[in-house]
Amino acid sequence: MREHLQPLASDGDGFVLDLADRRAIERERAHYAQPQAACIEALKIVQRRHGWVPDGAIIAIADTLGIGPAEVEGVATFYSLIFRRPVGRHVILLCDSSSCFLGGHEAVRDALSRQLGLDFGETTADGRFTLLPVCCLGACDGAPALMIDDDTYGPVATEDVMELLERYP
Amino acid sequence: MTAPRYRSRLHQAARERRLETHPLTGWLRDDGECLGLDDYLAKDGYGVVRQVLGRQDPDDVIETLKAANVRGRGGGGFSAGVKWSLTLKGADMPRGYLVCNADEMEPGTFKDRLLLEQVPHLLLEGMILGGYANDAFYGYIFLRGEYVAAARALSRAIEEARAAGWLGRDIAGSGFDFDIALHTGAGRYICGEETALINSLEGRRANPRAKPPFPGQSGAWGRPTVVNNVETLCNVPAVLRFGADWYQGLSGARSDDGGTKLYGVSGRVHRPGLWELPMGTPAGELLDRAGGLRDGRALKAWLPGGGSTGFLLPEHLDLALDFDTIGQAGSRLGTGILALVADDQSLVALVRNLEAFFARESCGWCTPCRDGLPWAAELLRALERGDGRPGDIERLEALAADQGPGKTFCAHAPGAAMPLASAIRCFREEFERGIAAPGKEAR
Repeated sequence: MREHLQPLASDGDGFVLDLADRRAIERERAHYAQPQAACIEALKIVQRRHGWVPDGAIIAIADTLGIGPAEVEGVATFYSLIFRRPVGRHVILLCDSSSCFLGGHEAVRDALSRQLGLDFGETTADGRFTLLPVCCLGACDGAPALMIDDDTYGPVATEDVMELLERYP
Repeated sequence: MTAPRYRSRLHQAARERRLETHPLTGWLRDDGECLGLDDYLAKDGYGVVRQVLGRQDPDDVIETLKAANVRGRGGGGFSAGVKWSLTLKGADMPRGYLVCNADEMEPGTFKDRLLLEQVPHLLLEGMILGGYANDAFYGYIFLRGEYVAAARALSRAIEEARAAGWLGRDIAGSGFDFDIALHTGAGRYICGEETALINSLEGRRANPRAKPPFPGQSGAWGRPTVVNNVETLCNVPAVLRFGADWYQGLSGARSDDGGTKLYGVSGRVHRPGLWELPMGTPAGELLDRAGGLRDGRALKAWLPGGGSTGFLLPEHLDLALDFDTIGQAGSRLGTGILALVADDQSLVALVRNLEAFFARESCGWCTPCRDGLPWAAELLRALERGDGRPGDIERLEALAADQGPGKTFCAHAPGAAMPLASAIRCFREEFERGIAAPGKEAR
């Protein structure tokens, strides 16, 4: 399909789409009337393996789905959980919505910031943690709540923060 | 100290929850584990699919939903039966989609998570019935990406249901074909808006679409598409099993809205969590069940159902929590999950938090929202620092008015305007304290 994209798909920044990932993307595509619908899941598949989505992956996904790279890039930059820059080995998503605000998330944010030397959007120098704010996590009866990778915690007290981080080497 | 893994807190034991009185949580186990297919079938799960598919006319199913007055639990409160009756269907129409909106991100809302994680088969059964009533051939569950445990539970339930013949071709020998796929999102609050959700499902940026055409006329890939909230769909099996009169009887004299509601409370209360109670339960009863405020604080204000609902006051605690009553009080029931503000908490700071949230989550498509919300957040930050200028409060009121219904592409900005306008109306003196004395402005 799309011959003109072929050279870029292997050039890019040296990115090569893993064969298993390509197959997983093609399986996703079967769930939808049009291939473009699989592009969010494709970005997530790449991100699960690489941690983030490099330029070459945008081109490789576009090529796999037979859509334009600009379409994929437009989607990749819209969604907050698709990372177009490298992130740490562990991503901390701290809920900063209203119930966590009432539950004192700002103190937890400050404790995390102090402990890691980070503001929102930053990654530790050793590449271990990235700290990001997130939309209400739907854990308001456990406010303040946060996620580290796939794990949701709450309520989190400021004095819990150090021990919590130690679980994610 | 150890931070606990988050778990939903349903404060009603299994012995208090029977299917005849608790159509949603009556299914749930006491240990909080997910109800598997065998346990679901043991309580006659999928019995309604067998009872209805191929035996009842789809239009009769819709009439039952209408008579029961099942109102949309995602926050809109629109009659599910009326919505289904407006879906284009018939021999000359392509069969369409039924989409479950499981993108629960409304600030302060944590109800759908419980149902998704603990009784996924109930949702699937509701979707199969919804698919049948709307002549849909395929269903999607649009699940927010952060709901990892729910994704596991739903994937497994879909596989179990398919293997047992509850999904796929000729379900239960009825001749009706319907299958379901799980679609997980990648963030952004706006995906909960039903037309933005459809764009996202199609793999596009989640900008809302113009209405009309409504999704029921032309939605995903141009086909008729019905979008319903998780809790709404989970009500469907019981309505069809026990009937519209029974459903109306659940709320009885408390409300014209039928059924129960999965209510919740967050904030500095002794027992935050969830309760399934008759629709129209007074807010004060929920506050009592939550054990009241901690630290001897008094209640200052409350949001009845998410960040896009208007603030109410302690004097409103007697109001029935249903769509019309809360609407008449100048707010919206929304998701029916209360957020309580204690008397030592700043309304200006809370509203700043809300408007900063809505500004961040604006998709940027239309001007009042893209430009107005960051402006409002900036003015609120100044007031919070005590660095406001004369005229700032009036500017905020004007911004809220400019974001009202009909002036923006979708309901995002009007939702943001509700807590802002109501907070200024109820607590104006608190905002006025944020205006710097003449000559002291830092800005």
